[in-house]
Amino acid sequence: MTLLRLTAAALIASAAFAGAAHARDQIKIVGSSTVFPYMQAAAEEYANKSGKPAPVVESTGTGGGFKVFCGGIGPDFPDISNASRAIKDSEIKLCADNGVVDITEAKIGFDGLTIAMDQAAGDMDLTKEQLYKALAAELPDGKGGFVANASKNWSDIDPKLPNTPITVFGPPPTSGTRDAFVELVMDAGCSKQPGMADLKKADEKKYKEVCSRMRQDGPFIEAGENDNLIVQRLEADKNAVGIFGYSFLYENSDKLKGAKIEGVEVSEESIADGSYPISRPLFFYVKNAHRDVIPGLKEFLTEATSEEALGDDGYMVERGLTPLSAELREATRKAVADAVKLSK
Amino acid sequence: MSAVQQNVQTVDWHSDAIKARRKSRYAAETRLKAYGLIAIVFALGFLTILIGSLTVKGYKAFEQTVVSVEIDLATSGFDRDKLMDANWKSLVKKALLEVGGAESLKKKEQKAYLDMFTDNAAYLVRDQVIADPARLSGKSSFVIPLSDPFDQLAKGEISRDTPEDQRRVNDRQIAAFDQLVAKGVVSKPFNWGLIFNADSRFPELAGLAGAISGSFWSIVVCFAISFPVGIAAAIYLEEFAPKNRWTDLIEININNLAAVPSVVFGLLGLAVFLGWFGLPRSAPLVGGLVLALMTLPTLIIVTRVSLKSVPSSIREAALGIGASKHEAIFHHILPLAMPTVMTGTIISLARALGETAPLLLIGMNAFMTSTAHGVFDASTALPTQIYIWSDSPERGFVSRTSAAILVLLAFLVLMNGIAIFLRQRFERRW
Repeated sequence: MTLLRLTAAALIASAAFAGAAHARDQIKIVGSSTVFPYMQAAAEEYANKSGKPAPVVESTGTGGGFKVFCGGIGPDFPDISNASRAIKDSEIKLCADNGVVDITEAKIGFDGLTIAMDQAAGDMDLTKEQLYKALAAELPDGKGGFVANASKNWSDIDPKLPNTPITVFGPPPTSGTRDAFVELVMDAGCSKQPGMADLKKADEKKYKEVCSRMRQDGPFIEAGENDNLIVQRLEADKNAVGIFGYSFLYENSDKLKGAKIEGVEVSEESIADGSYPISRPLFFYVKNAHRDVIPGLKEFLTEATSEEALGDDGYMVERGLTPLSAELREATRKAVADAVKLSK
Repeated sequence: MSAVQQNVQTVDWHSDAIKARRKSRYAAETRLKAYGLIAIVFALGFLTILIGSLTVKGYKAFEQTVVSVEIDLATSGFDRDKLMDANWKSLVKKALLEVGGAESLKKKEQKAYLDMFTDNAAYLVRDQVIADPARLSGKSSFVIPLSDPFDQLAKGEISRDTPEDQRRVNDRQIAAFDQLVAKGVVSKPFNWGLIFNADSRFPELAGLAGAISGSFWSIVVCFAISFPVGIAAAIYLEEFAPKNRWTDLIEININNLAAVPSVVFGLLGLAVFLGWFGLPRSAPLVGGLVLALMTLPTLIIVTRVSLKSVPSSIREAALGIGASKHEAIFHHILPLAMPTVMTGTIISLARALGETAPLLLIGMNAFMTSTAHGVFDASTALPTQIYIWSDSPERGFVSRTSAAILVLLAFLVLMNGIAIFLRQRFERRW
C-alpha cells in the first residue's frame, strides 16, 4: 500500500503547488487561426535565437482570443492576442472593464481570401455579387420582401458561368475567415441589390441579418475549421470550390488554383497592391502592462516586427503572409517599440 | 402408459416433415454462426482499412531526407564562451553553398538554392556544437534535414511531371537537388526527430516529444488522482455504505457520469480549474485533473465489480477469526481484487490518453517548441498534436499526422497489452 501513500503525498504536494501563485517565464499568445502560423514562426525563431523558453501560441479564433486576452492583467492572462480583423468596440470595452486599458495594435500584413478549386476544373471569374447570389440564404425579391435562394447551378445566376452545380466548402461561423467573407463578399454583394440601401437606412439590424445569412439547403457546406479537409474534398469533386486563406492555396498550388474575383487573379502581388478585392489586414495586440513583467516579451516583440519576419523575404511571408509596404512596416515597428496606446 | 407409447410410435423421426424441420433448425444455427462471422470480418475489415490507410499515408514520415555537410569549425574563430551569439548563420550558409558548388551563383539564385535546406540549419549546428564543444577544434560532419518541399520531392510526393509553375520547387532547384544526390551526400535515415524533437513550424523538424511529455504528465496526474480516489470511493460504497436511498442516488449518478461526453468535462475544467482556481492554461496539471474527472466514474464501477467478485467466504472467514473490517479489506479482499482493478485502471488511462475534446477546451492545443518538464509547463498532448498537425497547411504535415496517429495507436496497444498481461498473469478465477 506504499503506492497509495505515495500517490496521496503526490496529490497533496500538487495541490499545494497549485495554491501558490506561479510566476510565468513563457510568453502566452492566443487568437486568430489565420495569424497562428505567422506567430508560430516568430515564436520558434525567437526561441531558437535567444535560447529562452518558447512562447506558447494557441489558436482560439479571433473572438475567443480577445475574450481571454481581455480577461485581465496578470500572469494568468495572455500577453498577445492575434486577430484577423481589427478589435471591435465591444472588445475594447470588455478589456477596459477588466483593467486592460493600455494595448498596442500592430498590423503585420494582409491575407487574401481565396475561392479555390481543383487544377483540373475550368477557370472561373466571379464577382462579389455572383458569390452573394450563390450563397445567400434569402435573396430580395425586389418588392421589399425576401425569397429563399433557389439557384442550383452557377449558370442560374449568370448564363456566362458554367452549368455545374453550386458546391462551396467554407468556414463555420466561429471562424475569422467566415467573418471576413461575410464582410467582404456577402455584405458587398448584398448592398448592390435593389432596395437594400433603403433597408439599411430603415432597419440596419434586419439588413445585417439578411446579408450575412448563408444558405443551409446544401450548396454551401460548412467544412469545419480544418482547411486541409477542404483541400481533399476539392480534389475529390472537380465541380466544388472552397473558401480559405491564401496560405492554403499557396501551399497546395500543385493541386489547386484560385478563381478570379472581379477579374483579378489572386497572387501575392495583387493582394499586396490592394487590387485583389477580397483581402483583409491581420493584426496582433499587445498588453503593455505586461511588457516589464513577462521576461522576454520586449525581445519577442522586436523579433515579431523585425524586417526578417515581416519583410518582403521574411519568414512570415514565406509561410504565405502578404507583406505590408516598407512604410507601413516601419510604422508598425515604431508603434510596437514605443508602446503606442490604442485609441478609438 | 399405452397412450404414451402410442404417441412415441406415431412420431416418425424419418418422415419428411421432421426432416424439413430439422433442416431448418440446423440452417438457423448455421445462419447465426455466419452472422457472427460476418460481423467479425466487417470489424476486422474496417480496422485493416484504418491501419492500412494510416500506414500508406504515414510511413513516409518515418524517414527524413537529410544531407551531410562537412564544416570546419577550427577556422571559424568562434569564442568558446560566447557560442550562443556567434555568427552561425553565415558559417552554415557558406558550408551549404560549398556542398552543392553554389558559391558563384547570384544572390537570388543562392537563395533559391538555400531553400533546399531547413531554415533552422544554423541553430541545429549551433546546438550540436554547444552540446559537444570538442567539435570546435576540427572538421566534423553535420546532418542537415532538407526542407519540406524537397523532402516531398525525394519521397515522390511532389511529382516532377507537374508543370513548373504549379509546383513548389522549380527546375533549377531540382537540378541542384539531383546534383547533391549524385554526389552521394543525400540519404534517408530513420526519422528519430519524429519522436525526439519538439513541435516546429517546419515539418522536417517537427516531432512528438512535446506531445509525449505533455501526455505523460497528464496521465501521471490523472492516475495520481483517479486511482486512490476511485479505490477509496469503491471500497466505501461496496464495504461500508448502508443500503439506502442516498447510496442508491450516488450509485445512479456515478453510472450516469460514466456516460457523460468528455467535452462536458472539458467545459467543467475550463470553468472550475481555470476560472475559479486560476490554474494556468495549457498545463498538463489541468489536463490531468479533467481526465481524472472523466475516468473516475469508470474506475469506481470497475473497482466495485472486482471487489464484489471476491467470494464472500473470504470476507466472512477473515471477519470470523477476528479480523477487523479494515484488516479484512486491506489484507484479503483488495489484494485479490487488485489484478482486475489494475486492468481496469490501465484501460481507463488508455482511454484518457486518446481523449481530445476536453484538452482542446483547456488550451492544450497550443504551439510550442519545447517539451514539458513538469505538470505546470504548458504543453500539448498526443491527440491534440494530431489535431494541430492535421490543420497545418504544409504538405509534410499530412504524412506526419498519420505517423502521429500510428505512434498514438502504438502507445494504446502497449497499454492494452499490459492490461491483458496483468489479467492473464494474476487474475484468480473462483
